[in-house]
Amino acid sequence: MKITNVIEANGLTKMFGDFTAVNAITFEVKKGEIFGFLGANGAGKTTAIKMLIGISIPTSGAAKVAGYDVFTQAEDIKKNIGYMSQKFALYDDLTVKENITFFGGIYGLSKSRIKEKTKELLEDLGLEDVASQLVGSLPLGWKQKLSFSVALIHDPKIVFLDEPTGGVDPITRRQFWEMIYRASSQGTTIFVTTHYMDEAEYCDRVSIMVNGKIEALDTPKKLKEQFHADNMNDVFLKLARG
Amino acid sequence: MKRFIGFVTKEFYHIFRDRRSLFILFGMPIVQILLFGFAITNEINNVNIAILDHSKDANTQEIINKISASKYFSINQLIERESDIEAVFKKGQVKAVLNFEKDFSKNLIKNRQATVQIITDATDPNTANTITNYVSSILQNYQMEQNKAVKINYVIGPQPRMVYNAELKSVYMFVPGVMTIILMLVSAMMTSISITREKELGTMEILLVSPIKPLLVIIGKVFPYIFLSIVNAIVIVVLSIFIFKMPMQGSLILLALESILFILSALSLGILISTVSATQQTAMMISLMGLMLPVILLSGFIFPISSMPLPLQIISNIIPAKWFIIILKGIMLKGVGIQFIWKETLILLGMTVFCLALSVKKYKIRLE
Amino acid sequence: MGIHIENISKSYKDVNALKNISFDVKPNELFGLIGPDGAGKTTLFRILTTLLIANEGKASVAGMDVLLDYKEIRKHVGYMPGRFSLYQDLTVEENLKFFATIFGTTIEENYDLIKEIYVQIEPFKDRRAGKLSGGMKQKLALCCALIHKPKVLFLDEPTTGVDPVSRKEFWEMLKRLQEKNITILVSTPYMDEAALCDRIALIQDGKILQIDTPEAIVNQYPKTIYNVSANNMYQVIKSLKAYSHQHSVYPFGEFVHYTDTREDFNTLDLNHYLEAQNLTNITIEKTQATIEDSFMELAK
Repeated sequence: MKITNVIEANGLTKMFGDFTAVNAITFEVKKGEIFGFLGANGAGKTTAIKMLIGISIPTSGAAKVAGYDVFTQAEDIKKNIGYMSQKFALYDDLTVKENITFFGGIYGLSKSRIKEKTKELLEDLGLEDVASQLVGSLPLGWKQKLSFSVALIHDPKIVFLDEPTGGVDPITRRQFWEMIYRASSQGTTIFVTTHYMDEAEYCDRVSIMVNGKIEALDTPKKLKEQFHADNMNDVFLKLARG
Repeated sequence: MKRFIGFVTKEFYHIFRDRRSLFILFGMPIVQILLFGFAITNEINNVNIAILDHSKDANTQEIINKISASKYFSINQLIERESDIEAVFKKGQVKAVLNFEKDFSKNLIKNRQATVQIITDATDPNTANTITNYVSSILQNYQMEQNKAVKINYVIGPQPRMVYNAELKSVYMFVPGVMTIILMLVSAMMTSISITREKELGTMEILLVSPIKPLLVIIGKVFPYIFLSIVNAIVIVVLSIFIFKMPMQGSLILLALESILFILSALSLGILISTVSATQQTAMMISLMGLMLPVILLSGFIFPISSMPLPLQIISNIIPAKWFIIILKGIMLKGVGIQFIWKETLILLGMTVFCLALSVKKYKIRLE
Repeated sequence: MGIHIENISKSYKDVNALKNISFDVKPNELFGLIGPDGAGKTTLFRILTTLLIANEGKASVAGMDVLLDYKEIRKHVGYMPGRFSLYQDLTVEENLKFFATIFGTTIEENYDLIKEIYVQIEPFKDRRAGKLSGGMKQKLALCCALIHKPKVLFLDEPTTGVDPVSRKEFWEMLKRLQEKNITILVSTPYMDEAALCDRIALIQDGKILQIDTPEAIVNQYPKTIYNVSANNMYQVIKSLKAYSHQHSVYPFGEFVHYTDTREDFNTLDLNHYLEAQNLTNITIEKTQATIEDSFMELAK
């Protein structure tokens, strides 16, 4: 079985005037992998992701996402990825069902497919009873699980998650990670950006960005060994403090 | 006192560092005044007209010369047939056609009466009306001159006289209205936004959990806007006197005092709005919908109150702007003193005291 | 000089934000309120800082009643609300000066207290607060909350949205402040920060789950926890959840934390079971409970 890379970045660089926000980063992410993309605020994470999801054109370098080139095939990339951020995920003033229908619609799912997906999704999450409730009235944990499912509605090859579990209670958080593991076991690649290091511990591999460069990239276990640290937080501190 | 000065200094930093509020504060008054003064007027200037002269005698020529000499009209074309009238209107080339009857001079001498028809394009009724008035007045002037010269008494028709704004200058009407709008905008909207901004940022929480007295917070917030509103009022008055040659008949001191009274009433409305809105956006919406619209529509600024349906006439009474506009017109155009506007002043004062009391009472020393 | 909370309840419309909460914070204690978003942390902070009135119960801060002596309390507490509530359009120095003035003091007067923190942001004192990084905003907000030398300091989620380096520095600062006779009540959704407090209260859905020192809470964990891992994480979780003797199964970073219902649990049994599920590279090791384990056990 050939392991395919769904993300391949080679010397990807973004400059704003004289300032190099992302400095020649090179990495690949395998199909079905849970990849942690870490870094402090301002390390260049956001800029790098914008390039990967096709909304910012790199200054130099090359990258392929889901098999498409970030320079020339941005529209194809957008069709093949899902995105969930902590800040914006769902419309609070629409019901659960309406949200699902809406997001299904913008990804071009057929009516029958949306119906199918809605049923499947509500069953999966155990949300059948609240399907006609406004999303705003749901507890935070439910919202997050729902918005993750919605990000997967068009069966994307890659899902980008931005600080997915910040502030959620520990039990819901585990349930959330179980959903991520399941998606990954079904072949969906998960790209997690966060600056909370305990989220990093769940990833298959993590990269740590400092000042626009990837300074470390390995499994959490090997990184901890390499830096003689007990947890990813210490790894990060050692890297960032030099 | 040191706290107060510190607070006010901070407010001025906010104002001067925010381009948007700077523009609203200083750009708006100037833009509005110029806009109303030059662009949106019901005066006419160089209006194109056409002449259909069936007579072509000395009298009609003199009248035509007079009309073309006035700055209000310029004669765009001479037409020959009645049937052309519709054509020129349709092409939109002219706003009016003067149609001199046949044998104009003869009739004038023989019958002591001659007719000139003024046909106006009434798609814009205001302009049409004004054109008719202007032409009639030119004709009447001519008639008078003729009477003097010939020393025969023609019948002199009734001559309408416009008082206080003899030249029908609309800018005189607009200045009080614009001044009212600006003061309302700056005082009520800007204060309510600046107070709710602190709520939104969370800094209001810190201010509340500090020994500074809530009343001092309000006064500190409001004080810069009193100052800025006064500056604005001065700018508007100066602009209207020097650029639009607006007469300033009454006492400047009275004008200043009345303006301060109105500013206070607007500020208290602003505080009131801030007590009921949690975000800048709501504060802005309430200010615009709840204050600006009534000021524009119901204060008598654009639409005369006397021609409103009765319910609206009654509602217009609770709008402070209505009273302020009456006061302003009184002082600026008629030059009246306090003895003629004490009633309006008292109403405005009552409203201010009521709103201030209500907003102080409604102001929360806690978060709910 | 500490904080006393007695049977406090608070509800908004139809939500019970706090349900009969009682605890004490001792003078000079660094006390942590640990719980997820929506647990009621902010509501409790606002009641203690006199911003809200509780529906029931009473509370006092530094011996002053939150209802009757609210004016006094406002003179003697420092408060740092959830988001760094600074004036974004004022510079670092102007912010600090402003807060000093409204508290009727000057920067110079209490410079000792904030010196250590302020020197770190002093190089940027002419920069607008809105242009600072999360970590620097946090430090500035702390300086502003400390400028009047408060007796009690309330910090509502001071480390949310801040990178690990700044978080670590922040906790180090709190430790040093504690030595200057300031009682500190701090809230956080991050369980790993609990260990840095003297005592903590675990809070969820408006109820206190437990109050004790972090060590004691961890020691009271009733079960033995095993770290389980194998080649396929999702399969491990599914298998363990299907195991008839499981008490709890939680993914925990690269492992799954597993507890068993049996007193005489033998790891070999579990190993066989997992092997039968076609898993390889199986490891099962005893591990220490963490605050997060305790929290989940209590909230279960």
